[in-house]
Parts: sequence; structure tokens; C-alpha cells
Amino acid sequence: MARAVTPRRKIITTAVAWAIGLLIFFPIYWTILTSFKTEAQAINDPPLFFSFDWTLENYAVVQERSDYMRFLWNSVILAGGSTLIGILVAIPAAWSMAFVPSRRTKDILLWMLSTKMLPAVGVLYPISLIFVQFNLLDTRGGLIAVLMLINLPIIVWMLYTYFKEIPIDILEAARMDGANLREEILYILTPMAIPGIASTILLNFILAWNEAFWTLNLTAANSAPLTAFIASYSSPEGLFFAKLSAASTMAIAPILILGWFSQKQLVRGLTFGAVK
Amino acid sequence: MSMRTALRATSALALCALATAATAQDTTITIATVNNGDMIRMQGYTNLFTEQTGIAVEWVTLEENVLRQRVTTDITTNGGQFDIMTIGMYETPIWGANGWLLPLDDLSEDYDVADILPAMRDGLSHDGTLYAAPFYGESSMVMYRTDLMEKAGLEMPKAPTWQFIREAAAAMDDPENDINGICLRGKAGWGEGGAFITVTANSFGARWFDEDWNAQFDQPEWKEALTFFVNLMNDYGPEGYATNGFNENLSLFQQGKCGIWIDATVAASFVTNPNDSTVADSVGFALAPNAEGVDKRSNWLWAWALAIPAGTQKEEAAKAFIEWATSKEYIELVAANEGWANVPPGARTSLYETPEYQEVPFAAMTLESINAADPTNPTVDPVPYVGIQFVAIPEFAGIATEVSQEFSAVYAGQQSIDEALEKAQALTNDAMEAAGYR
Repeated sequence: MARAVTPRRKIITTAVAWAIGLLIFFPIYWTILTSFKTEAQAINDPPLFFSFDWTLENYAVVQERSDYMRFLWNSVILAGGSTLIGILVAIPAAWSMAFVPSRRTKDILLWMLSTKMLPAVGVLYPISLIFVQFNLLDTRGGLIAVLMLINLPIIVWMLYTYFKEIPIDILEAARMDGANLREEILYILTPMAIPGIASTILLNFILAWNEAFWTLNLTAANSAPLTAFIASYSSPEGLFFAKLSAASTMAIAPILILGWFSQKQLVRGLTFGAVK
Repeated sequence: MSMRTALRATSALALCALATAATAQDTTITIATVNNGDMIRMQGYTNLFTEQTGIAVEWVTLEENVLRQRVTTDITTNGGQFDIMTIGMYETPIWGANGWLLPLDDLSEDYDVADILPAMRDGLSHDGTLYAAPFYGESSMVMYRTDLMEKAGLEMPKAPTWQFIREAAAAMDDPENDINGICLRGKAGWGEGGAFITVTANSFGARWFDEDWNAQFDQPEWKEALTFFVNLMNDYGPEGYATNGFNENLSLFQQGKCGIWIDATVAASFVTNPNDSTVADSVGFALAPNAEGVDKRSNWLWAWALAIPAGTQKEEAAKAFIEWATSKEYIELVAANEGWANVPPGARTSLYETPEYQEVPFAAMTLESINAADPTNPTVDPVPYVGIQFVAIPEFAGIATEVSQEFSAVYAGQQSIDEALEKAQALTNDAMEAAGYR
């Protein structure tokens, strides 16, 4: 029997949802706010919420000191490239796991995920040596490969979950009509799984965009993305929180805007198959 | 066959041409550095260097710990990503001994190596060979509020003792007006609170190791030092000082919330800068304190220095840059454009002989603090190591970080002083045994 939703209950749920939302958003809000303060106001105690002279000086300084566009472009290429290649590899993999599972499929899925359990720094030296050997240090190609590989388990898992929701009968019907494997994946499966694929792409784009271990350790001047741009404003001796906040705001702005416009898609994809 | 030979010849020619072109004008050196004020200022002037020499410069600015990890990986895997690295006084002798850095023993006469402050030169050398050129150097000293001291009816001596520091902190402590008597580092990490408690211990007659590399945390001097520090901070320090490092204390002091702050000499230019500091016109300086009757002060020695990794292909260009960036001329360039208070301090003797610089309020005390620091003879009793706030062996960073975590747990009230010292003693001896020192 479904429970009736009373107005009081609705108000409480809404209030709680708002509170959680604001709590999660607060650090981002604070970063953005701090980026418009002077360095002295940024560390003011009690913290200043609105009553300060808003300034764009930090943005001007950051703009002058760093080549933002170069970092941004690298971020777009790295996140975009690794996600696209990851999806191309993962769709056939997830298809076989979802529709023609073997006795070991579950084990393979778990084993893939286990690669995410090792702290990245554990393989810093092997990966660095491979990069040195193949001249991949500070190249976008090398980083795209690494980012793609570290996110691949998640991509395969997500796609696998979405594909499992698609009735195999439809694929079989297509086969009966004479579709070959390529056509089956390309024209039947993929269009039906579009919401799932879209949210996988978005989520992995965000993960790759924010990846801040390999992108700092395998880059120098040429292929460093926005994570390195932010890191360059952190200081052990000196208070540069306002400039650091300005750099952070500039680094997250593109992905924030992307997330804003695609949130419907993202929510739909993430809850796809959750309710039966 | 002839086709293949022709191809080979052409590509060889092309390669030669490329190589010549590269040395002639397109040399670009890559420098790994940290985001410190003086470093950022230098980046602004590099175009002048490029104009003079035709050598372009790429900067990779990283957070301090990431920088250490990044350059260590690069050096040990022969990655060759950097032609110059910004490293400190801890790494330089160790890396120099490992053959990871090129010796800086053939710098030009104009550069005047002899002008580098002796303490800096010693700290950045291994077996008498210089491996990194100091860009700026620092010691530590007492910074205090002259107005609050006056109000308390006290006068800060030039060379105070810890006992006097405690007395002054008690007199200036004013919780009602949100003023802490004293602010000191308690944050875990070998370069943060670990460095501070190590120099404090030195000034109480303690040391990290005896001459056979046995840990000394079971000795009474360590207990005395730690007990003094904890009592002082619990009585007159800020709430939650267990997580305060350099930046947190700088922020407190600049807002007028500390009577005394003992920390790096470079902080002097921040706290006296009226743009950032609310107490800029009432800061006094004194030598770092010692315990009564102990002939060692609690001042450390550190330098951010430029070094050339052994794997670089651009040794000449890198040397040219280092000579430019750490020269007397560079100091004059900054002084002419931004005033003497903003030049990189603590590296050259001639700077402190410049009459204009002598007028900078913290200049004399910085020099005296640096000169009072002796990395080869850091403690009252003899030790087998070099370094004041650190022990220049590769294992130290790991060990000291763990030890400082135990101490921070004391500051946070999570364990007793005896417990912390016992754990520190055990973990240090274990690590030293595993590393083959004992």
C-alpha cells in the first residue's frame, strides 16, 4: 500500500534536501566568493560573507601569470580523448558481459574493479619508467592512455549495468532479422542505451577532468591540464588563498557549466534502472 | 640500396640541422619551482634573461610536496623533464652525494661564489662541492608586537630565553580581545611542526641521535623541551594549534591575534607589509630563544636553491640561468623595480653590506639569525649528522613525519607526552635499524 504524502512530510523532505544540497555546494560557493576578495579579506576572521569590496584583481593576476587557455585546452583534450576511447573500448566489452556472459564474467568484473583499489602512487615508478622508455612523459597521448585505463573499469561497469536492463529479446529479434554483430551493437543496442551512455560519458569526463595524481606527475610544461594550473597557486610560505580560489574557480567553471546544462541527462542516466 | 642510403643521409643531415638550430637559438629550459613570493617575482623578470641570452624559459610551478615527489621521480627514472629544479637544503647534500645533481664548481668569476653566505654554501654542499645555488635563504626568529610589549611594560632583549618568551606571552595574552600570547607551529609534517619542535629541542640541549645513530627521545632533554612547548601553547597559544602551520600562524599574526610568533625570517616581509598586515607598523624582531644555560639557539637554516639534475641535455643554458637568477645583478634589478624590502633575502653577503638594505627593519636580525645557525654543529652534544631542523639522511622525511604526528597528537590532547616520546623512540630506532644505520 502506498503511503500518502502529507504536506508536512513534503515540507520536511524538501527542507532536508535543500540543507544537504547547500551543504555540498558550500565549499564551491566559498571558493567562488573568496576569489573576489583581497588576500587580506580572504583570511579575515570572522569570515566575510557579503560585506566586502568585490574585486576582480585576482583574476587579472592569474590571467597575467598563467596561460589559462593552454591548460584549459589540455584538459579538454585529455578528458575528452580518454573518455571517447574508453567508451569505444567499453561498449563491446560491456555487451559481451551483459549478453553472452561466461562462467567467469562476474569474476572478471570484480577483478577489473580491484585495479581501482590500489593507491595510484603504488604504481608511480612502473608507470614513470614505461613513460620514460617510450618517450611519453609530458605528452597528451601518454596521459590519454593512462586516464582511459584508470577509468575503464568504471566505464565498463556502468555500461554493463545499463545494458543488463535492456531485454535480450530485442537484440535477438534484430539477429533474426539478419543484423550482424556490428549492426546489432551500433543500431540496436547503442540507441536504446543512449541515456546510460551519455551519463557514463559525462561522469567519466568529470573524473578525467578532476584527475590530479597522474596529470601532475606525468606532465611538465607541454601537456599539463587545469589540475596543474590550480596546483601552481598553492603555497607553503605565503597566503595566496584569494588567487588560489580564482584559479580554482576558473578551473571548475567549464565543467560546472557543462554539468548544469546536462544535469537532467546525468540524473536520468544515474537513476536508470534503479526503479523497477 | 642506394635509395636507402640516400634516405639515411638525408635524415642524418636533417637531424644535424635540427640539432644546430636547437643550440643556436631555440634552447628552452624547463624549471620546476614552488609558488613562493620571490619565485613568482622572478618569473616576471625572466623575459629579460631571454632577451640577453636567447634562452627561453618554461616554468612548472607545483605545490611543495608534489614538487618533491615529482622531481624525485624524474631524477630516479632519468625522466629528463627538468633542466633546473628548485630544491631545499635537505635534499641538496643527499642528492649531490647520489650523483643526481651536477656540481656547480665552475661558475664564472663575475658570479662571485665567495659572496654566498658561508652557512648557505655549507648547507648546499656535499664534501665541499656546491650542488645548488641559493635563491633565497632563511633562518627563524622571534617576531613580536611592540605595542603589546610596551603595554605589558616589558622590553624584548635582543637574545631572549624561552623563560622570558613565556613571561612575555603570559603578559600579552588577552583572550577577551582575542589576542593569543604566542603562536607556534603544531602541524604534523617534518617541514612544519616537526621542524619547529626539533629546533626547540636543540635549544634545550636535546638531539635526534647520538653518535651511534641511537634515537634520543628517551633522554630528559627531549621531555623537558616537549613539556615546555606543550605547557606554553596550552596556556597562551591559540585554540587548535595542533593543526597550525606557517600559513595559519601568518594569518593569525597579520590579523593582530598573536603577541609573539617565532618562525621563518621570510615572514618578516609579509607581516610588515601594510597591504596584507593589520599590525605592519608595530612588529619587532629578536633572535630565536634558547633555554637558560644552553648554548644553542632554536633558529633553523633553510634555503630554496636552484640545482641542475644530472640528466639534463642543456647544462650550459641551465648554468647561465642559475648564474643570472642568483646573481648580485638580479638583486639590484628587483631593488630598482620593487624596493629593497622585496629582494630575495639571505643568500649573499654583499646584500647585507648594501647601505639601503641595512635600513630594511628586519635585515640585520635576519643576517644575525642566519649567521648564528651552524648546520654542521647543530646541537649541544655531538651528532653524526648535518642539518639543524632536519637530519640530512634520506630516511629522515619519513621518520620525522611520523614522529611529528605523535607530537601533534599530544598537542591535540589525544595522548600524553610520555606516550608520544616512547612511540617516537621506538619507531625511530626501528626505522634506523631497517635502514642499516644501527
